[in-house]
Amino acid sequence: MTPTDKQPPLNFDTFLSGVWRENPVLVMLLGMCPTLAVTNSAINGLAMGAATTFVLIGSGALVSLLRRLVPGTVRIATYIVIIATFVTVVDYVIQAVSLALYQALGAFIQLIVVNCIILGRAEAYASKRPIGHAIVNATGVGAGFTLGLLMLGSVREILGAGSFFGLSLFGEQFQPWVVMLLPPGGFLVLGTWLLIVGWMSERGGAPHAQARHVHEH
Amino acid sequence: MNTESLASIALNALLVNNFVFSLFLGLCPFLGVSAKLNTSWPMGLATTLVMFVSSVCAFAINWLLTAVQLEFLRLICYIAVIASAVQLVEMAMKKFSPALFRALGIYLPLITTNCAILGVALFQTTKEYNFVQSMVYSLAAGAGFMLALVLMAGLRERLALATVPKVTQGAALTLMLAGTLSLAFMGFAGLGSGE
Repeated sequence: MTPTDKQPPLNFDTFLSGVWRENPVLVMLLGMCPTLAVTNSAINGLAMGAATTFVLIGSGALVSLLRRLVPGTVRIATYIVIIATFVTVVDYVIQAVSLALYQALGAFIQLIVVNCIILGRAEAYASKRPIGHAIVNATGVGAGFTLGLLMLGSVREILGAGSFFGLSLFGEQFQPWVVMLLPPGGFLVLGTWLLIVGWMSERGGAPHAQARHVHEH
Repeated sequence: MNTESLASIALNALLVNNFVFSLFLGLCPFLGVSAKLNTSWPMGLATTLVMFVSSVCAFAINWLLTAVQLEFLRLICYIAVIASAVQLVEMAMKKFSPALFRALGIYLPLITTNCAILGVALFQTTKEYNFVQSMVYSLAAGAGFMLALVLMAGLRERLALATVPKVTQGAALTLMLAGTLSLAFMGFAGLGSGE
């Protein structure tokens, strides 16, 4: 790193902003497809979050290392190839570790490539910062994404199957609310979480409300 | 080799397993471009076109990679092909309809990161569709995406006139609406599978 680089200090906020203030799921509304598709149980949400975090950290580190070598005109293509490489690694690792999980997540492991969070971080953050910052920030965003998936997955599993991480919660007489496991449940639960977060920020809580208007083009 | 009939594939991709409402693919453009009816259908059309072109290319690439036993490169090749297909559609649209090109703006290059397109390429590989089946599948999936986009845009144009509490404005309400639409699409479940 040359002395001319003006960088904000590497502190805890680099990590924390991704977890809460700029939470990718609840505030930025990025990476919606895997968020809704795989969160029909808490464990799937956690696995997806972990896989995405790995790709985020790996691609963030590599993009940051190569930031002076990659010409501006081909940078997006380069980032995509870097991301696709890490996704291929994750794809084969999950297949080797747990075949059941691999089948549950299905094509969505490979679809991490087109998760806009990762390309967004590579372009907006990692390509301009030294490797330490990039890794810490990617970890934060990954943790935030995992948190969002876990919030969604827990609610859907508890309501839709009456269990949490596979442990039965309510006993025999529980009538599962099956629609929560089906696609509409995903939309409805995420909508409800956004309502809660919006209501909290309305009352002066943490995440900023302006991102609610991101999609109002 | 998959022996599913063409009509069943089309029905499946269009309604039963609609890419937006039941497979959760392509949600970013779905939430982003569905605010106005007159930008939603060109977007759907452009996406369908890219889907078709990249599906044909993906079929050829898969055949080639299987022949030389380099399947682990599949993902990287697919994404490169899709990026080029988007560029192609962008150039064609700029030449033949500059007005439309301006109307779509930033969303056109962003088709590259539309997971529905990569989804089509990956699913047709997993399901082992032959060439004709893949083409039908990609066209029907594109039409399904367009249907979802237009339906949603119509609803949101009405909703813009409604008075709702301040907290529910924006994404939360849109997601609730999508949930309700998705519930309606659940009614198609089982259609076309009884053969």
